Amino acid sequence: MNNLLEVNGVSKYFGDFRALNDVSISIPKGSIFGLLGPNGAGKTTLIRVINQITMPDSGSVFLDGESLSQKHIEDIGYLPEERGLYKSMKVGEQCIYLAQLKGLSKAEAKKRLKYWFERLDIGDWWNKKIQELSKGMAQKIQFVVTVLHEPKLLIFDEPFSGFDPINANLIKDEILRLRENGATVIFSTHRMESVEELCDDIALIHESNKILDGNLVDIKRQFKINTYEVGIRTNNQNDLEKDLADKFSISKANFKTLEDELKLNIKLQENETPNELLRYLTERGDVSHFVELIPSVNDIFIKAVKNN
Amino acid sequence: MNHLPLIIKREYLTKVKNKSFIIMTFLSPLIVIAFVAIVAYLSQLNSDKVRVVTILDESGLVKNIFKSTKNTSYNILESMSLEDAKNLVKISNGYGLLHIEDISGGKIESKNITFYSEESPSLTLISGLESQIQSELTLQNRIKEGIDVEKLKASIVNIEINQESFEGEKTSKADSVIKLIFGGLAGYLLFMFIIIYGNMIMRSVIEEKTSRIIEVIISSVKPVQLMLGKIIGTSLAGITQFVIWIILGSILMSIVSLILGIDMAQMQTPQQQIIEQAMENPEVNAQLQNILTGFYNLPLTNLIVAFILFFIGGYLLYSSLYAAIGAAVDNETDTQQFMLPIMLPLILAVYIGIFTVIEDPHGTVSTVFSFIPLTSPVVMLMRIPFGVPIWQQVLSLLVLIGSFMFTVWFAAKIYRVGILMYGKKPSYKELIKWIKY
Repeated sequence: MNNLLEVNGVSKYFGDFRALNDVSISIPKGSIFGLLGPNGAGKTTLIRVINQITMPDSGSVFLDGESLSQKHIEDIGYLPEERGLYKSMKVGEQCIYLAQLKGLSKAEAKKRLKYWFERLDIGDWWNKKIQELSKGMAQKIQFVVTVLHEPKLLIFDEPFSGFDPINANLIKDEILRLRENGATVIFSTHRMESVEELCDDIALIHESNKILDGNLVDIKRQFKINTYEVGIRTNNQNDLEKDLADKFSISKANFKTLEDELKLNIKLQENETPNELLRYLTERGDVSHFVELIPSVNDIFIKAVKNN
Repeated sequence: MNHLPLIIKREYLTKVKNKSFIIMTFLSPLIVIAFVAIVAYLSQLNSDKVRVVTILDESGLVKNIFKSTKNTSYNILESMSLEDAKNLVKISNGYGLLHIEDISGGKIESKNITFYSEESPSLTLISGLESQIQSELTLQNRIKEGIDVEKLKASIVNIEINQESFEGEKTSKADSVIKLIFGGLAGYLLFMFIIIYGNMIMRSVIEEKTSRIIEVIISSVKPVQLMLGKIIGTSLAGITQFVIWIILGSILMSIVSLILGIDMAQMQTPQQQIIEQAMENPEVNAQLQNILTGFYNLPLTNLIVAFILFFIGGYLLYSSLYAAIGAAVDNETDTQQFMLPIMLPLILAVYIGIFTVIEDPHGTVSTVFSFIPLTSPVVMLMRIPFGVPIWQQVLSLLVLIGSFMFTVWFAAKIYRVGILMYGKKPSYKELIKWIKY
């Protein structure tokens, strides 16, 4: 079994509203999986199905090869988008309670909490009430609660909203470390650029349908546009631009440079190689910038929606 | 994974540790006791005052019958005009003037007797005067007509019909009163408990929604478990509060009586005076005996068992509805539209209990409503002291349990969907739709 999670043809209706339509995804063990899509696409519903909060109308979910059941609750750590804690409860008490709900014993929960509180440098919050903490501080506690029972699958819904950049980075590092220790991670977000760099695999959800999924690099290769962003220093920019326009399809590019260079996006045909372009350019001037344009997930998403 | 005990424990501890809960628990009996003490003190003040009633009896027929008591002293005037007497009483600040006209040998009637006073006189005082004059004049009339008073007295027969059920169980009129008190107390207790702690459950559900912790929790436990845990935990907190109230109440009561020297049980109210007077009468003494036997005649075992079962059933039924309402709305102000269908049957039950059960505990209305689940706990609890066949109790209980399970299922559905719904004030139509999700 290479996939930790298999979602097969899950559909969910709320009355007449279709929240999920025959969605299937598989998440490889030890990977970071991006569940991407705009607001209201159905990401949260899918996550709730995985968490057994919502029962699907049809389809099935397998965790580690077993059909999802009550006992798997302990294998999943979930940080919902709508998150909060009991305001009038003390931090320590609350963490122990939530850990116990996930199947930890009181002593074990205490031990692990001590470790995490030291790690995140929040040890002196133990006897404070949540309402005395700032929002960012509460988020840290929430993160600890999510990962404390060392689940196989971690699900983060919009994880970085509400964190300041320093804490967001801290949390990001912790998540990466958890992955190294064997956890599988699902990121769900509508701000695709925020998790793009972290994800191994992604699925794009749009209007209750999965429109694209797979390995992120494969997908990018598949959506490659064969376009290069170039900057050339030459005395005769106009002539060069005209000549290039004859040979390739070009458009104006915009990026920061030190000198006043000719900046272009150059799209190659199927039979042309970047080496040919580079050779041609070096003959005409000094090449200061030569980068393959890789489509962002955002671009891919827009394209995929159009293609559908 | 059964997390129910864990949830119950948390709900209980959170409630019990809550500051306003603690304050309410310890302050309420203080307030109540203080209130009772003030009332007792004031009524004692009141009864210490001696009322001076002046009597001008121009007929001379009744002037000697009035005997001063602790609270009332009589001042008999002789040969004075009514106007002078009125002025005298006014100046001397007396309580009032009782004037009986001179009817020169005729019969005294109501129109011949008048009580003059500054303010309208106390009701008990007037009726006391009336009964004294009445019995004296009756006696005089009888003597005048040549009736042998002793014979007449001896000939009076007092009838108290014995009551006995076919099974040979003896009862009396006093029984009915005792039953009424017991039934009413049980029903009212349930009513209060539902309102106070049902609301507490509802608020606790709303709190989980507004603090947005709910999704974290239900990714670990089933909503039904969470709901039941809440209901049970809150109820236990409620029972704790009740017990503390009772203990604290009795301790404070005895302390207050000691300090103020007020014997609460012997408070000198006019009613008590009447009872005391009656106590000397052997017939009434027999009635007191009746009350005691009435108490022992109560189907006590049945009463206690039924009280526990119906109390739990009725309370769970209503509190699951409260929980569903809490889940359906975002804040407390939105709960109003859903409260009506809960309060209506509850209030109906109490009214039926008070007006119908007293009159006819086994009549159609009382019987029917003691089977309808939303009213049955209160109405049945009020009926049971009067003796309800066991099969009726069992049937009613089964209906109650059945509808409780249905309500929990229904409430859990609404709860499951509702706790994840934000920002919408749902209509009834939407609630029905949620059940199908």
